[in-house]
Amino acid sequence: MERDDYIVRFENVQKSYDGEILVVKNFNIDIERGEFLTMLGPSGSGKTTCLMMLAGFEPATHGEIYLNGQPINNVPPHKRGIGMVFQNYALFPHMTVAENLAFPLKVRGLSRADCDAKVKRALEMVRLPQMGGRRPAQLSGGQQQRVAVARALVFEPELVLMDEPLGALDKNLREEMQFEIKHIHETLGVSVVYVTHDQSEALTMSNRIAVFDDGIVQQLAAPEVLYEQPENAFVASFIGENNRLMGTVTALNGSTAQVKLDGGGETVGALAIKCGGVGERTQLSIRPERVVIGQDDADNKLSGKVVELIYLGDHIRCRMQVGTSEEFVVKVPNSHAHAALKVGEVTPIGWATDDCRALDVLEA
Amino acid sequence: MSTMTDNQSGPMLAADGTPLKVSLARALRRQKIRAFLLIVPLLAFILISFIAPIGDMLFRSVENGIVPETMPRTVVALEDWDETSGEAPSEAVFAAFYEDMKVAMEEKTHTKLGSRLNYDTAGIASLFRKLRKPMGNIDETQPIKPQFIDAEEDWGDPEVWQTIKRLSGYYTSSYFLSAVDMESTHDGIQMKDDFERIYLTLLWRTMVLSVAITVSCILLGYPIAFLLANLPLRTSNILMILVLLPFWTSLLVRTSSWIVLLQQEGVINDTLVSLGILDDQGRLELMYNQVGTIVAMTHILLPFMILPLYSVMKTISPSYVRAAKSLGANDWTAFWKVYFPNSVPGIGAGAVLVFILAIGYYITPELVGGTSGIFISNRIAYHISSSLNWGLAAALGVMLLALILVFYWLYDRIVGIDNVKLG
Ligand SMILES: Nc1ncnc2c1ncn2[C@@H]1O[C@H](COP(=O)(O)OP(=O)(O)OP(=O)(O)O)[C@@H](O)[C@H]1O
Ligand SMILES: [Mg+2]
Repeated sequence: MERDDYIVRFENVQKSYDGEILVVKNFNIDIERGEFLTMLGPSGSGKTTCLMMLAGFEPATHGEIYLNGQPINNVPPHKRGIGMVFQNYALFPHMTVAENLAFPLKVRGLSRADCDAKVKRALEMVRLPQMGGRRPAQLSGGQQQRVAVARALVFEPELVLMDEPLGALDKNLREEMQFEIKHIHETLGVSVVYVTHDQSEALTMSNRIAVFDDGIVQQLAAPEVLYEQPENAFVASFIGENNRLMGTVTALNGSTAQVKLDGGGETVGALAIKCGGVGERTQLSIRPERVVIGQDDADNKLSGKVVELIYLGDHIRCRMQVGTSEEFVVKVPNSHAHAALKVGEVTPIGWATDDCRALDVLEA
Repeated sequence: MSTMTDNQSGPMLAADGTPLKVSLARALRRQKIRAFLLIVPLLAFILISFIAPIGDMLFRSVENGIVPETMPRTVVALEDWDETSGEAPSEAVFAAFYEDMKVAMEEKTHTKLGSRLNYDTAGIASLFRKLRKPMGNIDETQPIKPQFIDAEEDWGDPEVWQTIKRLSGYYTSSYFLSAVDMESTHDGIQMKDDFERIYLTLLWRTMVLSVAITVSCILLGYPIAFLLANLPLRTSNILMILVLLPFWTSLLVRTSSWIVLLQQEGVINDTLVSLGILDDQGRLELMYNQVGTIVAMTHILLPFMILPLYSVMKTISPSYVRAAKSLGANDWTAFWKVYFPNSVPGIGAGAVLVFILAIGYYITPELVGGTSGIFISNRIAYHISSSLNWGLAAALGVMLLALILVFYWLYDRIVGIDNVKLG
């Protein structure tokens, strides 16, 4: 009964293509009905593979995938009723746009009149009402993309998979299409599983994001949680910009840890997220915009030497040397209070203990 | 405002005042000349080895200079003769003929002339070969006609003179008429007698067998090409070598091995007999007939079908079929509605290639075709090398060429030639 809340469930799914390397190591996920879930991860992390297993084009080596509570490992792709948008759109070149859209309806045996009506509505939905008679090759990239989306939705599936659908578009068009896809998702209420390796795309569009690396889900959470509260060093460095300081845990009390920075530096407080016990190495992670500069009322106080200043209009990007790190970045708001920074100057910096997270050490 | 429109309506000018088109053409000329120089060797080669022979062949199929050149006086004299009269021509014609032949025998061109006339009317050649007998005993002071006919009575046969008169022009349609089993008589152009007809049947058979070969190449080649295009690269490369292997084996060897397999005492028949499927009397005739031709030629031409199919199928993204399946199509629908239409250009290219190669094929039908499985090209070869009737061979060749062009045109109309992809 409880399964009805979920449209898709992966249970301990593993996948290997060659019998030697596990491309997907242990994949568990529950996808809620109506959710926009994004799989985000670097190239080769197994995102497409998971999507292909869900669509039925690749068998899972181990584990079970459920769709609407039913195990689907033995259901062929065409019986799964899952819409799919491919990275290169995969519009049929020998059919017109309208024929492409009518294809899923015809194979389902719909009458001509029904077909025509649905095709027309789908074309209107993606704002291409005049383009039905054209061949895919006669459309621009963005138009092809919209047709591909329309085709995946025209037979009203409950679930649509999209594999980097915007990968081939330029930045402006991407942003416009992100908005449109999101809008369609909200209007139709379908569940969407979306694959991308563009983090800003993932952050703007998704209800939840599964961050992939190395064949496992590193963290599955809503965008703001992922950004504010990364659970490990990979997520912290993959999503947004982060300052990294290396150190050793000297004390643990409750949810906070005391960390002595490398190079004989100060001891600072941080949230103990994934830092192991006393005496273990840890990586501290602080967002550049959470560092305050030139004030001495913060929880943790250090000093940094300004190495480089980059003027970016609304803020100034200030690269500093802090402890052993030369890459410590602070975003300084462009206000009167901070007007006087100079290269070479040593200035006090600080941050709240709650903004600094002690995480595992990425072996680089 | 008005000056602007003036400027734009006139030709665009380059900075030095010459029209832009002119200076562009000048700039491009060097490039064009260089490009042209690059293709000159190939152009010369094609001209010498391809265009010129075809031109020569076209010319030979209508050329007939030998008759008016060897017997100029006779041709003139025959103009007054009524060929429908049923009688031999007058003394004047014979006198002219005598003069012509004196020259011809000196130059030894009379037998050649005889062979030429023999193509149209059998028997004339021997008349000319034995010309020395009547010519030798002519008394020039007496009328010549009776002396000729006395010495060799066939010279009085009006058919001989009809043939000469019919062929007295510098150009003739007689080769083409023969090539379509027709002849021109004094009653006009008509079909040859049934038992003399051969070329139309042969042409028809050539086409039917070529179509059969093309179809069997498609049926056999399509699955192989599909497999090749969808296997991992390493496996498909190995299989590709098997496909190309025939290219590295001599055509004769391949054809002979079919003889070994297919003949009545051959491997297939022996196996079937020893398995008890056939009895010894009922051995199948797989060779020296159309079956032999189709089997051997399908094998030989198969790579020409597989290669274009393969190269087209290689370009069909697997995501098309996946998309079709995700949209609800079962395996067959996905193949038939999505994969197959995208592979049609490969079928077209392969079919055109195989058909055109088949229609002009010569060695294999010659070796395994027997009498019922030979092609028109075998007759062409026969006329070139045995009967030496090059005019007829040329006419048959021109017909074959025209036929291929017609097919090409039909293909273009029905499928569209831009739909052909060789790679
Ligand atoms: N058909 C296949 N056969 C063998 N190995 C494969 C196959 N497809 C993918 N792989 C391997 O599986 C791993 C994961 O591939 P996958 O396509 O899922 O990555 P991805 O996360 O989608 O990457 P990208 O962002 O580049 O699309 C890669 O190392 C890849 O080399
Ligand atoms: Mg991928």
